[in-house]
Amino acid sequence: MAAERPSDLALIWQQTRYQNKIFWRTPIAAFFTLVFPLMFLILFTAIFGNEEISGLGVTTAQFFAPGLAVFAAASATYTNLAIGTAISRDNGILKRVRGTPLPPWIYITGRVVSAVYIGALAVVIMMGVGVAFYGVNVYWRTIPAVIVTFLVGVACFAALGMLVAAIAPNGDATPAITNATLLPVAFISDIFIVTDDPPAWMEALGNFFPLKHFGDAFRAAFDPTLTGAQFHWDNLGYMALWGVVAVVLAARFFKWEPSKGGGRRQKKREKAGA
Amino acid sequence: MTAVEVRGLVKTYGSLRAVDGIDLTIEKGEVFSLLGPNGAGKTTTVEILEGHRESDDGSVQVLGFDPAAGGREFRERIGIVLQESAVEPELTVTEVLDVYGDVFPRRRPTGELIELVGLEEKSSARVKTLSGGQQRRLELALGLVGDPDLVFLDEPTTGFDPSARRQAWSIVENLAGLGKTILLTTHYMDEAQFLADRIAVIAAGSIVAEGTPDTLGGREQAEATIRFAIPAGKSISDLPIRPVSTANGMVTISHPEPTRALHQLTSWALDNGVELGALSVQRPTLEDVYLQLVGDENGG
Ligand SMILES: Nc1ncnc2c1ncn2[C@@H]1O[C@H](COP(=O)(O)OP(=O)(O)OP(=O)(O)O)[C@@H](O)[C@H]1O
Ligand SMILES: [Mg+2]
Repeated sequence: MAAERPSDLALIWQQTRYQNKIFWRTPIAAFFTLVFPLMFLILFTAIFGNEEISGLGVTTAQFFAPGLAVFAAASATYTNLAIGTAISRDNGILKRVRGTPLPPWIYITGRVVSAVYIGALAVVIMMGVGVAFYGVNVYWRTIPAVIVTFLVGVACFAALGMLVAAIAPNGDATPAITNATLLPVAFISDIFIVTDDPPAWMEALGNFFPLKHFGDAFRAAFDPTLTGAQFHWDNLGYMALWGVVAVVLAARFFKWEPSKGGGRRQKKREKAGA
Repeated sequence: MTAVEVRGLVKTYGSLRAVDGIDLTIEKGEVFSLLGPNGAGKTTTVEILEGHRESDDGSVQVLGFDPAAGGREFRERIGIVLQESAVEPELTVTEVLDVYGDVFPRRRPTGELIELVGLEEKSSARVKTLSGGQQRRLELALGLVGDPDLVFLDEPTTGFDPSARRQAWSIVENLAGLGKTILLTTHYMDEAQFLADRIAVIAAGSIVAEGTPDTLGGREQAEATIRFAIPAGKSISDLPIRPVSTANGMVTISHPEPTRALHQLTSWALDNGVELGALSVQRPTLEDVYLQLVGDENGG
């Protein structure tokens, strides 16, 4: 009987496909991941004009599009994985999965691969709109670095998303946790604003979190004033470190059972007076 | 062959001993039903057997596995219908059965399962649009998708309409016919009566009675109840047997030997040329026995 077992690869592909389906059937998630970051690009170029930013030697779009692409990729992995996984646990879906022969790591991998795929799509949309409408330049010599930086970055943020899912008390609390972390960090990571002379503590804080490293490494690949392949191993290594720590902690605290009293289903029943 | 073997099972939540020393043996091919009031410890017991929860004491063997450590091989052979669970609300009925079915080495075709639980009209509907009972039917189908040797059904028919319940019963009967082992919890006594080969009644974490539906709690030896309407023109003092009660013109007689009592009553009726209207003879129902058993436990 063991011979007829589906292969791991087939199962991962299957799980990924269904997670993608679920994503596209949740319009609110699709909007916030794919469309919402684009609105910043449109806004910033409208407010500042698409001129060369003084002191940086790049246009507004050339500077912000890579950073916003990184922000979108982080949303697709960190925010979506944390919220989606926590809600699935509340609903009892994770428990159901745990009762089947599907190896848990394959289920998690399916969710992560789906999130990475959506993240890649978000990056392509952002850079594509930049190239098509805002004169953003892409350089062939940095494409390998773009891909590697993207993969290391989303791996790190996917791990952080799973960590939030692991420690969040319930699905309702998760959006608050992800928004209250990702947004402030984005402000000190040169995603939405660039501060000429930030206070030392703010710079230190920005450097502490992985988002700035993701943004810096990714943006360097689109910087017209630089040359070479633009692999920033220091940034990549730092993100990898965050990722590994997050994976270890997430694995340590991850639960498949809904917490007693925190679940949506439970609440629904209480409301119904059952 | 034994499918489930449980000895001295204990599970505590804080200071509560939710399961307090249970012994159970379920043979392969048996339909075994756990009955008991809310909070008796049925779900806790079943979920330990499924590998969802860990016990605090005692030994558990399910299909030869320790469920807490059984892993993939174990889960390939069991099917689970949880008391409280959910399915991906964004997927359709067909998609859900496909994605969960494909993780089993041996699986039942999606179309066959949809037909089995009567969801043909909803096969391409999103799960979130199903009614409560329809969703429960889908969960039953999901419990069978891997063609399991042992099926855990924790209140599988709660929320079913009467015809869906009958349909579910025939599904379980068919499974039993195929030699599958079934562990069923239910609050419906007619369900246990109809389906179970054996029943254990559990109250406050302990088993208070065990037996077949017909012998549980000494049911086969209990007094039968005979009821009929008092014939016109006759009074209670004319009857050959003292009734235990009369109300609204109906007489109730309890008797350890219903054959003899009936013979006396019908002879008397024939001799007097009267009819015993609405005559009935009843053993105590499973529900009567059950209520007595759990009532005793609550009182003592
Ligand atoms: N995770 C838990 N944490 C704390 N207490 C629990 C937990 N699960 C169950 N209990 C308690 O254990 C006892 C047995 O619960 P269980 O769910 O096994 O009952 P049950 O017989 O299935 O009841 P029902 O017929 O209502 O489904 C109850 O008192 C319940 O409150
Ligand atoms: Mg229960």
